[in-house]
Amino acid sequence: MECRFAVYRFDPAVDRQGRYQSYVISAEPSDKILDCLNRIRWDRDPTLAYRASCCHGICGSDAMVINGHVALSCQKLVRDFKTGNNFVIEPLPVFPVIKDLIVDLRPFFAKHRAVRPYLVANGESPEKERLQNSENQQFIEPALRCILCAACTASCPITRVNPDYLGPAALLRAFRYVCDSRDAQTLERLQALDNDNGIWGCKTMWWCTEVCPKGIPVTKCLGQIKRLLKKGDAHA
Amino acid sequence: MDSHYDAVIVGAGLAGLRAAIELGGQARVAVISKVFATRSHSGAAQGGIGAAIGNEEEDRWEWHMFDTVKGSDYLGDQDAIEIMAKDAARTIYELEHLGVPFNRTQDGRIAQRAFGGHTRDFGKAPVKRACYAADRTGRVILDTLWEQSLSKGIDFYDEYQVLSLMIDGGSCSGVVAYELATGAITAFHGKAVLLATGGAGKIFKTTSNALASTGDGMALAYQAGAPLEDMEFVQFHPTGIYKLGILISEAARGEGGVLRNANGERFMEHYAPVIKDLAPRDMVSRCILEEIRAGRGIGGKDFVHLDLTHLGQDVIDRKLAEIVGFAKTYAGVDAAREPIPVQPTCHYMMGGIAANADGEVIVDAGGTPLPGLFATGECACVSVHGANRLGCNSLLDTLVFGRRTGVAMREFIQTIKAPKPSDAFRKKAESRMAELLATEGPERIGAVMTELQHTMMEHVSVFRHAEGLQAALSKIGELKERSTRISIQDRGSCFNRNLLEVIELGHMLDLAEVITLGALSRRESRGAHWREDFPQRDDTKFLHHTMVRRSGGAPQIFSRPVVITRFQPRERTY
Repeated sequence: MECRFAVYRFDPAVDRQGRYQSYVISAEPSDKILDCLNRIRWDRDPTLAYRASCCHGICGSDAMVINGHVALSCQKLVRDFKTGNNFVIEPLPVFPVIKDLIVDLRPFFAKHRAVRPYLVANGESPEKERLQNSENQQFIEPALRCILCAACTASCPITRVNPDYLGPAALLRAFRYVCDSRDAQTLERLQALDNDNGIWGCKTMWWCTEVCPKGIPVTKCLGQIKRLLKKGDAHA
Repeated sequence: MDSHYDAVIVGAGLAGLRAAIELGGQARVAVISKVFATRSHSGAAQGGIGAAIGNEEEDRWEWHMFDTVKGSDYLGDQDAIEIMAKDAARTIYELEHLGVPFNRTQDGRIAQRAFGGHTRDFGKAPVKRACYAADRTGRVILDTLWEQSLSKGIDFYDEYQVLSLMIDGGSCSGVVAYELATGAITAFHGKAVLLATGGAGKIFKTTSNALASTGDGMALAYQAGAPLEDMEFVQFHPTGIYKLGILISEAARGEGGVLRNANGERFMEHYAPVIKDLAPRDMVSRCILEEIRAGRGIGGKDFVHLDLTHLGQDVIDRKLAEIVGFAKTYAGVDAAREPIPVQPTCHYMMGGIAANADGEVIVDAGGTPLPGLFATGECACVSVHGANRLGCNSLLDTLVFGRRTGVAMREFIQTIKAPKPSDAFRKKAESRMAELLATEGPERIGAVMTELQHTMMEHVSVFRHAEGLQAALSKIGELKERSTRISIQDRGSCFNRNLLEVIELGHMLDLAEVITLGALSRRESRGAHWREDFPQRDDTKFLHHTMVRRSGGAPQIFSRPVVITRFQPRERTY
């Protein structure tokens, strides 16, 4: 069947601002939106730029805006949209556009690094594994699904108005380490988040949870950090 | 532009990152990757990482070694396999100490589950050997290693495509790379270069692999004169989602899932009476295709069913959530209630750049190293997987040999002075890129790539015979010729995918040729390489590694003996 795509285009070498280009291609209801972009690029316009790699929602390369919704292009199929086979494809908001659908994610990863996203353990490592309660592992499990696609952070209404706010993805990573019973710096981590650009920047708007392509209850995980700070207690 | 490092690592998946962590803080390290590090395809590994730590039941590294040797159809080098099986437990504990969030047992230890071809007591019954984090094991290890590497003073060059290796006078002193965002070409000078670029599944039409899996490192090494080893052994994973090839982890069968044909029969019981659905991947893929050939595909079509409906919601939620999500999103199937349609999908290259257990690239049958060049992970052939890799041995391979290679590079770096930098390689790459950009012709990249993928799928996948392989070879020759006339329609220098794909296609065409030549020359059936015209394994003539190097512009085949220590080749039944 025939599908019409209006795709955001911006080439830094020639364009002063973005524009929309229209392509009509044939697609099946079961095709991914990414398949459609590939078809446009291979058959119509090889200059179209976007990121993609694994094609099944695990590498996190291809978050973009599809008909107004932030999503992974490899995880949404043509049949998922009731828009009369008309599609509008745009780059992620918030981040500067480099070319077409490719945005500069350096600010996103800078915030990720700011939460010190690695385990800091106490003392010498044992000969074998450290023990960890299965319930504790399951408690942080939702955060392990994060693929750093930036969909949540790009959708967050607070991120849009406060560029210094850490944003949901970085805070979710912080939750993962704050609540991991093996980490020795829970208090230091919590203190570092205890400000308006940290966890209190979150106004519980739920957009992050709404758009997360991995179904992570982001807002609830962030709420857990808030509870721990209020309670003054570390481990769940 | 020129950059200077002690170690230049190409590829930011598990193998490259593990080596980088070993070197970080002790040497100046650059990690160059054509995708951002966490987008690397190691992250798609689902089911687990094998180690005989015995947390769930008795297990021994000798059993793991035996299973790997037998799984390899006796083509794996047993000295290397012994290193891997012995080092596996240490590797798991190291990952845990770095923060990898493995699933846990009730008493808080690392949980383990069954996986294909892994058995207790030399083949008596399946054993729980795979350590896992739900069905996203690769992803959490990748995230952990990457996050650890952020504090090690390593310079990451994300979204750079390597164009060539700087090999002169028999040693390697760096790489030339192209920055995707700007089109700038940089020479990365280094005392030691590591290729850790992963697999090449995109050569085949149906694959679980990423768009980035185009075998760049293998092809660059081959083009520079290093031999590729055992490239004819290409793993087809039995359970890719029908038509899409998206991986449904072996963990699904490890947790009790079964394959069924059109009659609802659990057909693996007939082929592998002892371990049934947990037979190795080469066997299960062939069995699925045999069932389909016998008319027992579902609805007469070319797929069978993977049935998880008896596992219960709890097991699915805690251990298989990701793959059940894939089934829902892409096939519209609720796996807790209905079976998933599956067919074999190209998954892994057992072969690769010939390397020893310290990651040194070797250039001849005697194992002479090429100074300064290292390879590890899927792009290398050590060889621990031989003719068929067992599930959950690939993550182990990347970490055991990634670490050993990092150690070897650290030592190597201390022994040599920085080579005198030459700008000849960069200049050559610049003029080649300028030439490529100016190419005009009637051919389109999409069409040529699709023809290659179809050809390889039709003639060089699970079942092979001389006639088909010859047809593939002549088609590859034709496509190589046509590929020089692909018009580059994007002349820009910012994220020019059009240009990049032409480079990747060149890599895939070279590898397709080597794979097909190896398959033609190996007139026997062993592991993943099945010749319908030679259906027996032939240890008298073919118990050796196939080596292919480019000599005078053409591929030249020679062989290398297999290292056999503890386990003499025997008939392989399960």
